[in-house]
Amino acid sequence: MDALSLHRLQFAFTAGFHYLFPQLTMGLALLIVVLKTLALRKGDPVYDRSAKFWARIFGLNFLMGVVTGIPLEFEFGTNWARFSEAAGGVIGQTLAMEGTFSFFLESTFLGFFLYGEKRLGPRGHWWAAFLVFLGSWLSGYFIVATNAWMQHPVGYEIRDGEIVLTSFLALLTNPWLVGQYLHTMLGAVVTASFVMAGTAAYYLLGGRHETEARAFLRVSVPAGLAAALLLAFPTGDSQAKLVYKHQPATFAAMEGHFETSPRAPLVLIGQPDMGRLELDNPLHVPGMLSFLTHYRFTGEIKGLRDFPREEWPDNVPLLYYAYHIMAGLGTIFIGAMALAAWRLWRGTLHVSRATLWILLLLIPFPYIANTAGWMTAELGRQPWVIHGLMRTRDAASENVAEGNVLFTLIGFLGLYALLALLFAVLAGREVEKGPA
Amino acid sequence: MDLPALWFCLVSGMLALYVVFDGFDIGAGILHVFAKPEGRERIRGSLGPYWHGNVVWLLAGGGTLYFAFPAVYARAFSGFYLPLMLVLWLLVFRALGLELAEHVHHRVWKPFWGVCFGLSSLLLAVVFGAALGNVVRGVPLDANGRFFAPFWTHFGTEGKVGVLDWYTVLAGAVAALVLTFHGALWLAQAIGGGWGAVARRLHWPVGIAVALLTAASFSVQPHIVERLTEHPSGFAFPLLAIGGYIGARRFLESGRAPRAFLMSCVMVAALLASAVFGLYPYLLPSNGDPSLGLTAQGTAAPAYGLKIGLLWWIPGMALVAVYFTVLFRTFARRAEPGGTGH
Repeated sequence: MDALSLHRLQFAFTAGFHYLFPQLTMGLALLIVVLKTLALRKGDPVYDRSAKFWARIFGLNFLMGVVTGIPLEFEFGTNWARFSEAAGGVIGQTLAMEGTFSFFLESTFLGFFLYGEKRLGPRGHWWAAFLVFLGSWLSGYFIVATNAWMQHPVGYEIRDGEIVLTSFLALLTNPWLVGQYLHTMLGAVVTASFVMAGTAAYYLLGGRHETEARAFLRVSVPAGLAAALLLAFPTGDSQAKLVYKHQPATFAAMEGHFETSPRAPLVLIGQPDMGRLELDNPLHVPGMLSFLTHYRFTGEIKGLRDFPREEWPDNVPLLYYAYHIMAGLGTIFIGAMALAAWRLWRGTLHVSRATLWILLLLIPFPYIANTAGWMTAELGRQPWVIHGLMRTRDAASENVAEGNVLFTLIGFLGLYALLALLFAVLAGREVEKGPA
Repeated sequence: MDLPALWFCLVSGMLALYVVFDGFDIGAGILHVFAKPEGRERIRGSLGPYWHGNVVWLLAGGGTLYFAFPAVYARAFSGFYLPLMLVLWLLVFRALGLELAEHVHHRVWKPFWGVCFGLSSLLLAVVFGAALGNVVRGVPLDANGRFFAPFWTHFGTEGKVGVLDWYTVLAGAVAALVLTFHGALWLAQAIGGGWGAVARRLHWPVGIAVALLTAASFSVQPHIVERLTEHPSGFAFPLLAIGGYIGARRFLESGRAPRAFLMSCVMVAALLASAVFGLYPYLLPSNGDPSLGLTAQGTAAPAYGLKIGLLWWIPGMALVAVYFTVLFRTFARRAEPGGTGH
């Protein structure tokens, strides 16, 4: 494999593995604030016990997020030196702000949150939880701002071949950013909601910790339903429209839309055949893609065949699958949470075994959907590292030989296998111990 | 002072604070290797609420370097590819070791994670010291300002050098010793015990080792000598370091451990400031032709970004000062007898 592929593979692997943790951190931080608020408002000790239990999982998950996150900041320099040299003056702003404004906030108040309950009292401890939540969501904002700039660069000009930041405000209010940020955060809330609801289902199916489990459900099911709905509309919808407007070849590729047509169908299932440039075994809704994009069934949508080859994302089938897995799972999440919410509202969720089984077995899927969502964003941006400005093939470090990248990729594979195993064992142990 | 010079100071200041803050938990980690089991428990307990915040100085300092001097970040990080990956893996094991030794209650695995924490702390101190040694010595930059450093080549400081040579290995060993001293002083004020005595025993060795490293640095990097001769005001930093060094001893003798620790903070920061002052305007000098070195002015981001940066950096750091003050005040009492903090 050539050096560029290895650089890409290592970054994709380390970033993908990392994001398994912050999505739960960010979502759970919000749900813990909700639990702490209920504990203060209602004075029911079950919410305090629940918050304590989730704080233990949170601490472990946060640790994994930190140790897998540091490599990413390093890799910008180690693996993507030419990209960093060209774009550091712009995205360095958001990355340095993340360190200054969110990491310090998060980590300091995590100390208070995990160690300071007795010292701070209930109100002080609520504030510690809230500031950890604020820090983690700010962190998401700065990271998504960085990514949004790479998807849709704004606030810059080219001076003597160099990318120069000209508007800091434009960087922080990138039109791409608002939708992408909310979409990402809602994805995190869906993960945390399914983890919390699934854990509750696990306890209820086993006849353990029933009081706490029902408290988990009262918080996670409404949150999960709201987040799953908002993920599809308006945030997912607006993201797709932005991709259509600014990255039209990517839009055609991720939808599996090869031929320009005035009544473009929405593809549900099918396998892209890159030899014949067609979709095999397609299952689609006629005219629906035109409708979703233009709000009329006859709006023309340009197919991938009509874009020059150098504008195509370099892995069309993977992009297509990533997008369809994300969107398909997103739809399933709405259905599952709607079912659970209906039963919760009727007061029968805790005894509806079939629904509880669904919630339990769905735990891994929001992780898959979030990963597939990031793959859609990143594969969709190809062949560009900064859309329209710098190609990925010009971005990697030239001075690092492929043997060195392979060496560290193997190292990361081994190390992260160990981390995954440790996390599974330790989180499993906490779940077995349960809320005391 | 021009903007690149200002940001040179701010980035150096953040990295110095990283060494002061994470330095004490790295030093405590090294001492953890030599402590008895119940002593180990207390060492880890004294770091619990702090270490997350301490390590953020590395990320925030690195991020600020990235924003202010993107070309240096890109070229130094890709050039030091292998040692930085080693740093990353050590940081992972250190964090896991510290947290899991604290939270896993198992007769086999608890001591295992404790040893992990201790050994990765020791190695990290050596690697950071060697890294600083590399920056002082300079690297074989080519005409495009790029280089790649293998782990080692011929162990000399000229030509195609590796990350490890006689000078950087010396710097690594001295760094480990200095941070051990710094860590002992942290423990002396946080948990007492015999840690004050340990710090006293380390005092002379630290002084001799730093003097030795200083002499070696003068011979390896003549730019430092030139710069100090041209700007004698820079002697303020080594004098401050000596002041901290003597002050730490004085306060230890009179039993005022918290002040002794503060003196050690001054010493560590001033030692770094001395090196950085000596290197200016270079962020990364060349070990061959000095004109190839990467300077602050030659690699800074454009002025607009650097000006805007001040607008958020100043309030940002003011907030951080508040967080750290509140954190250290709140948990300072945990060290009192009988307080376990959990």
